[in-house]
Amino acid sequence: MKFGVIVFPGSNCDRDADHAATQVLGQASELIWHKDTDLKGADAVILPGGFAHGDYLRTGAMARFSPIMREVMAFADRGGPVLGICNGFQILLESGLLPGAMLRNRGLKYRCEHVHVRVEQTDTPFTCGAEAGQVLRIPIGHGEGNYFAPPDVLQMLEANRQVVLRYTAPDGQLVDDANPNGSVHAIAGICNERRNVVGMMPHPERACEPALGGVDGLVILESIVKAFATA
Amino acid sequence: MTIDRQSLERHGLKPGELDRIVAFLGREPNQTELGIFSVMWSEHCSYKSSRVHLRTLPTDGPQVLQGPGENAGAVDIGDGLAAVFKIESHNHPSFIEPYQGAATGVGGIIRDIFTMGARPIALMNSLRFGALDASGTKRLLDGVVAGIAGYGNSIGIPTVGGEIAFEPSYAGNPLVNVFCLGIAKASDIVKGVASGVGNAVYYVGAKTGRDGIHGATMASAEFDDRSAEKRPAVQVGDPFMEKLLLEACLEVMQSDALVGIQDMGAAGLTCSTTEMGSRGGAGVEIEIALVPQRETGMTPYEIMLSESQERMLLVVKKGREGEVERIFDKWDLHAVRIGEVTGDGFLRVKSHGAVVAEIPNRALTDEAPVYRRPMERPAYLQTVQTLDLEGLGWPAPSGPDDALLALLGSPNIASKRWAYRQYDHMVQTNTMNLPGLGAGVVRIKGTGRALAVSVDGNGRYCYLDPRLGAMLAVAEACRNVACAGAQPLGATNCLNFGNPERPAIMWQFAQAVEGIGEACRALGVPITGGNVSLYNETDGHAIYPTPVIGVVGLLEHADCVLARRFRGTGDMVVLLGAGRGELGGSEYLKLAYGLVRGMPPALDLDAERVLQNLMVALAAERLIRSAHDCSDGGLAVTLAECCFDTAGAGAEISLDAVTIARQEGLNAAAALFGESASRVVVSTTPDKVTEVLQQAAAAGVPARIIGETSGNRLRIAVAGATVVDLSIAEAERVWSTAIEQVFARKVA
Repeated sequence: MKFGVIVFPGSNCDRDADHAATQVLGQASELIWHKDTDLKGADAVILPGGFAHGDYLRTGAMARFSPIMREVMAFADRGGPVLGICNGFQILLESGLLPGAMLRNRGLKYRCEHVHVRVEQTDTPFTCGAEAGQVLRIPIGHGEGNYFAPPDVLQMLEANRQVVLRYTAPDGQLVDDANPNGSVHAIAGICNERRNVVGMMPHPERACEPALGGVDGLVILESIVKAFATA
Repeated sequence: MTIDRQSLERHGLKPGELDRIVAFLGREPNQTELGIFSVMWSEHCSYKSSRVHLRTLPTDGPQVLQGPGENAGAVDIGDGLAAVFKIESHNHPSFIEPYQGAATGVGGIIRDIFTMGARPIALMNSLRFGALDASGTKRLLDGVVAGIAGYGNSIGIPTVGGEIAFEPSYAGNPLVNVFCLGIAKASDIVKGVASGVGNAVYYVGAKTGRDGIHGATMASAEFDDRSAEKRPAVQVGDPFMEKLLLEACLEVMQSDALVGIQDMGAAGLTCSTTEMGSRGGAGVEIEIALVPQRETGMTPYEIMLSESQERMLLVVKKGREGEVERIFDKWDLHAVRIGEVTGDGFLRVKSHGAVVAEIPNRALTDEAPVYRRPMERPAYLQTVQTLDLEGLGWPAPSGPDDALLALLGSPNIASKRWAYRQYDHMVQTNTMNLPGLGAGVVRIKGTGRALAVSVDGNGRYCYLDPRLGAMLAVAEACRNVACAGAQPLGATNCLNFGNPERPAIMWQFAQAVEGIGEACRALGVPITGGNVSLYNETDGHAIYPTPVIGVVGLLEHADCVLARRFRGTGDMVVLLGAGRGELGGSEYLKLAYGLVRGMPPALDLDAERVLQNLMVALAAERLIRSAHDCSDGGLAVTLAECCFDTAGAGAEISLDAVTIARQEGLNAAAALFGESASRVVVSTTPDKVTEVLQQAAAAGVPARIIGETSGNRLRIAVAGATVVDLSIAEAERVWSTAIEQVFARKVA
């Protein structure tokens, strides 16, 4: 299969996602410039981490206006799998592909460290290889990952089983200390109603090789390949 | 127009220097020319006080691809690749405006690296502040760390480690030294030269504003209570602009349309035009009206001296301009042709066609003044180098358990997690050793190799003996790299000192440079570049002399990388090297007695070299499972740190006694907390320990099994009697939360 990794000016995890797709998963991948207007035949799209357009306004606020986003939205409408990682998640929120918004971390500081997330839903193309309740140790790196949504939206997310990942302790228990940024309902990742668009703050591409100290992120990336093979 | 004394003083120039300028020009300089001379002849740009000493440093070696004099140094790391690296200070700006000062320091060092054609892959930093509980320190530390994070995180280069130290001598003058490492194809290293008459000179990046005018001159003067007024001389950073420049410049370098490139750092447009012309043996002529300007009504003087950030100067081959412009357009950057290379060796600045400055490049660079400043051994050394151990009395805290906990909670030794978790240390997915686990280690994708980096300095040792202290800094940086399993290849230095016009400071400087030279020669690590920061004084109080050394080493097999922590119970713990219970200048002496006295630990460079070679061999042959250098806080702290981040694994240790005084308590403390150099604690499985000891014996390195990993407590016996018995969980809590707790306290 072929991955398409969108490169916004200011993206900085684009090469990491491309490396994971090609060198770790052994799949094809292409870096797609944000001014491009086609997805080059990609079977799955990744919006990578970084600071698109500098993020001097709100994170992701300007990236939604990049020409390629029109194609990404059409691709998502057709049911194509779209994964937003970190800044990519923020862009998905700003472009309306996912509901809610990001606030600054409750500690008001950028945090880069390994956290634990529990897989809540396995019927998305990005978690279909995981077990429900499986706890993954994956790094985060963000200053604005404090997910927020009003009560009615939260209720809808929970009712539709759209919360895909939650911050937990290593044993899977929901404890406040394990929530690194103050996200409501300890939300680390969500999907859309159709379940083909997922946004997550942790970086699976940073945890898929033993040399980097962990491989728990691999299940996310391998799920994409599995979903493609069985589609 | 005649130049008065006030104008000279404002430009930081001495009357004798004006005479020299007049002799070069054959006339008096105009104001623009005076400004140009003042920044190019500032200490920061000209190295006029330090140059005669720096010339003595070893800069050659078969691995050196680029020595001092370019934007950064480079060493050969095999596979046709080069490691490009440099360290630089941003002390003065960071004191005045900590966030922007530190951020633009990071921006500047990154530009130095990609200017060489290298993709930056790692950042490190070395920071010094006043005592953590002193007024103002938290604000400075908070701002500096946030500034480093704000810039590095955004541009997407991992900050993989560094050091932070606290000493009262830095209270009025914090040190912010930033290091960057990049990778380039050895054959594609780009230089900062302007050559080829008629080739176009391009300006690209941010517009020029009035910020940072005379930044280089500010960095060449002492501070006083009016320094806050210099805030406009601090620049404001834009990491997004720099990210675009980085990607666009690397893309331009893929073509062969480029002749040379240099960033506009200190002294901005002035420095980049003159240095590029001087290196290429050419002249540069620019039209100032073409320079993109952020504000209206800027004078040629202001434009030439502005230190606005994120700007680059390029020389492009004739006929290839279109290609280069198209690449910058792709990144929404506007490359503007502002002039051309000439054959006459002059820097010529025009404003709307009229010449406003015309100076031979040579006068600004090679012919800048060089001073052999007077030196005198400072009187304070007589007093501080003596340490009467018998007269010390009982320490407080008295027991070894309490003393160890106090050391682990001391901000100098405590975990720096509070800082490094604000840095993105994993972006680029190469980081093999997370911060705090030893040297920073990044793999080189596609090669199976990795690079290890360490930045180290010890101001206290250098205060007590600048020569020995500097040697110890080189040895420690190399040892840290070797402890990761990497062979040290090259070094960069950042020399932070007080006012060189004072003979005592100049003596400290000269001694430190001698020490660095001797250690680098003995350990086979040439200096490939660096930076000198003088005038680190506020109200007449100088900082401790603080040379900071950055060392880069190569791991042939990335998967042989080692870190400090023990890997499981039942492993044998081996001490390599011998301790002599040296307490001079130690953290223990400072903490227990409030003393900064005595001689720093002795250093035998031959012993250090064989120890480092042994470390690289043991790692390559996969004979050991962990390695940790013994430094601040001595063996007891080293052993405790080996137990941390292991989910509570402990160790049972037995040490030899040392006798340094009649008082028994002090002898035990010396065995536990003495900071003798050239020691490493390693762990290995029982089946390999004999081989480890044999290799050590063959190399001539003292080696002894001192215990094994077991349980969840750290127990240390000295001469058979257990003196330390601590729960790892408790010790680790103290160590890992000490700095966070200081910040958690409400500011009164």
